[in-house]
Amino acid sequence: MAMTYAELPGLMTQLTGDEKHSASATSTLDVIWVLYDAVLRVSPQTVDDPGRDWFLLSKGHGPAAYYAVLAAKGFIPAAWLAGFGGVDSRLGYHPDRTLVPGVEIGSGSLGHGLPLAVGLAHGLLARALAEPRVFVLIGDAELDEGSNHEAIAYAGAAGLPNLTVVVIDNQSASWGWGAGGIESHFAVSDWSAVRVNGRDHAALTAALTMTPPRPHVVVATVEAKDA
Amino acid sequence: MRESFVSAAEDLLDEDPRAALIMAEISADLFGKAAARHPQRVLNVGIREQLLVGVAGGLALAGLKPIVHTYAPFLVSRAFEQVKLDLSYQGGHAVLVSVGASYDAARGGRTHQAPEDVALLDTLPEMTVHVPGHPDEVPELLRGAITGLGSYSSYIRLSALSNRSCLPVSPSLQVVKSGTGAVVIAVGPMLDPVLDAVADLDVTVAYATTVRPFDQAGLAALAPDTVVLAEPYLAGTSARLVCAALTGRPHRLLSLGVPRVEPRRYGTPADHSRLYGLDAAGIRSAIAGFTGLR
Repeated sequence: MAMTYAELPGLMTQLTGDEKHSASATSTLDVIWVLYDAVLRVSPQTVDDPGRDWFLLSKGHGPAAYYAVLAAKGFIPAAWLAGFGGVDSRLGYHPDRTLVPGVEIGSGSLGHGLPLAVGLAHGLLARALAEPRVFVLIGDAELDEGSNHEAIAYAGAAGLPNLTVVVIDNQSASWGWGAGGIESHFAVSDWSAVRVNGRDHAALTAALTMTPPRPHVVVATVEAKDA
Repeated sequence: MRESFVSAAEDLLDEDPRAALIMAEISADLFGKAAARHPQRVLNVGIREQLLVGVAGGLALAGLKPIVHTYAPFLVSRAFEQVKLDLSYQGGHAVLVSVGASYDAARGGRTHQAPEDVALLDTLPEMTVHVPGHPDEVPELLRGAITGLGSYSSYIRLSALSNRSCLPVSPSLQVVKSGTGAVVIAVGPMLDPVLDAVADLDVTVAYATTVRPFDQAGLAALAPDTVVLAEPYLAGTSARLVCAALTGRPHRLLSLGVPRVEPRRYGTPADHSRLYGLDAAGIRSAIAGFTGLR
């Protein structure tokens, strides 16, 4: 029984116990919803199909929005949400891929998702699986981690067309990303790069379904973390 | 050993469409032919070791069998968080193959030396560790490690130091000399200096190439009262496993290996073996002092 976007706040309340959700807790909500609702070719029945689209939540912090979407789309029972973080719960404050159906990577420590995604994109092509796409979500402050920059320079040169990065930009990086913004750090390495409103579902859908013949980054602007 | 690894890896890449090789510049010049034959599965990510291991984790998620290769300190200690999280924690498996060992690059200084590698990997669950003592032992170890990728990762520690002759590859301790005074466990390229050290001593020498899992049953079956552990990496790395194998049996243990000091000396690997007491003379002196055997 598919749920709607309007039901996500109720699911998040089951997770956190809070009636109101701060902007930082929901910074990823719209992007993850749009991915699972309109972009990713994956369903609860195809979570182990190598030809599925893959979504890697690299920014494992604040996963309430992620778990809520997975519940809304039937990957996990909504009944799991209430135990969030408990010793018998499969849902931790950082996700574990071995515990949660549909979760592609265990994350939490920042800067691991994009290098994993580069390897995954390579591996799918090596298996002649050209159709599945690899999406990885990172945060603007997570981009501080140097491992991302190893991956950005390499993936641009390797030209992986099946790789899409979404950077949630809630302006939380202490030192920012300079006059050119986050997208300039990808574009200089020959990525396709666009910036959209991270709350605009139509704009997100359009940006996330672009398939340029090289890696693609979507910078999704949301409210500032400390606004 | 590196040449033996290159040849064996080329064969595996030809035979197994799921096998992949990832490098970070080191040895890329040796794999030109393989890269031309398998451009999708032979990757060089440049001088990027975090990415090297992260890509291996992603390849494993995609169902490939990654062989990850570079210098030991760059593979294990520089990228250790990636080995821990991008492979082990994800439940993905890879074969890590290093060159350089503890002090092959004696002239290169500490930056290119990794006596700590096995001790670090020892903190992870389910990591098989092979320390070949001869180039001809490498192909079978690599092939076995690839076969094991369904259930565990492996580390193969190649060295420029080598024994004079190859022994059959075995996961068990192999007794190469029998005696009564003590059991000396010689790991990988430590076998020749150990044999030279104890040629006229009444001791058993047991050779190990696979040190994780450690052959505790094999050691217990030898029922020693006195054990000397001769490892080519940090002294005492396997001491806890020797003690665990002999739990309940009173025993004495001497652990020989690379000390936790920075000598700030260059020279040759032979020079460093001598500095650390890991040449035949040093080993003999240590064993004689510990056992009283003459």
